[in-house]
Amino acid sequence: MSKSEFVYVTYIRTTADKLWQALTSPEFTKQYWFGVESRSTFTKGAHWELVAPDGRVFDKGEIVESDPPRRLVINWRHQLVDEMRAEGPSRCSFDLEPQGETVKLTIVHGIDVAESKLVKGVSNGWPHILASLKSLLETGKALDRTDKLPG
Amino acid sequence: MDEVFRALADHSRRQLLDRLHARNGQTLSELCDGLAMTRQAVTKHLGILEDANLVATLKRGREKLHYLNPVPIHEIGERWIRKFERSRLDALSDMKRALEDRDE
Repeated sequence: MSKSEFVYVTYIRTTADKLWQALTSPEFTKQYWFGVESRSTFTKGAHWELVAPDGRVFDKGEIVESDPPRRLVINWRHQLVDEMRAEGPSRCSFDLEPQGETVKLTIVHGIDVAESKLVKGVSNGWPHILASLKSLLETGKALDRTDKLPG
Repeated sequence: MDEVFRALADHSRRQLLDRLHARNGQTLSELCDGLAMTRQAVTKHLGILEDANLVATLKRGREKLHYLNPVPIHEIGERWIRKFERSRLDALSDMKRALEDRDE
């Protein structure tokens, strides 16, 4: 078990295929993920990066597991903030489970560092990103303030 | 959202959420430790919190770990707090504008 770990669960009225596409296509992610593009081929071993609208790479890493449209695991290393970068790789998994008319999305983000600044920083963002993703898939509209970086 | 409010409307359940907030990823035994509640009562409360999606569980080997899921609380914040805060701030700026206009 990781020393710092957060779990996020949300139920979205959609299909696993659509949710997978929303998580793995830059055109989709920039609509609900503060404007960032999640770029990769999303196959095992592939390079992955999270790119801001101004071209800065916030995070990068590799795809550790990819089983569309069920499970995705990313080896996730922060790039911008020194003290977060120094913590080394974190691991973020996405599990998609169809349940009736919804898909249960479970995100687990953890790192082997106690009191991790990275995981704590990310934990402020995930609930709002997920709320916006849910809104985008269920109503066709993302939430305000999630199409670009705050501030 | 009814389920979330019902789950939160209980001191013992809020106490369990506070304990998970202080340390995420605990087993049932760890959560029971130091609480003036029977293991059975804690199990029941955790079940209600899990049904409301306020607590998520993960299996790690033979252990079942409990995590605080912040997503529903965030949704309450957006739906029931931020919305009203915004209108109050708008009201304040309207009042400021009205008062300043009168001064002129």
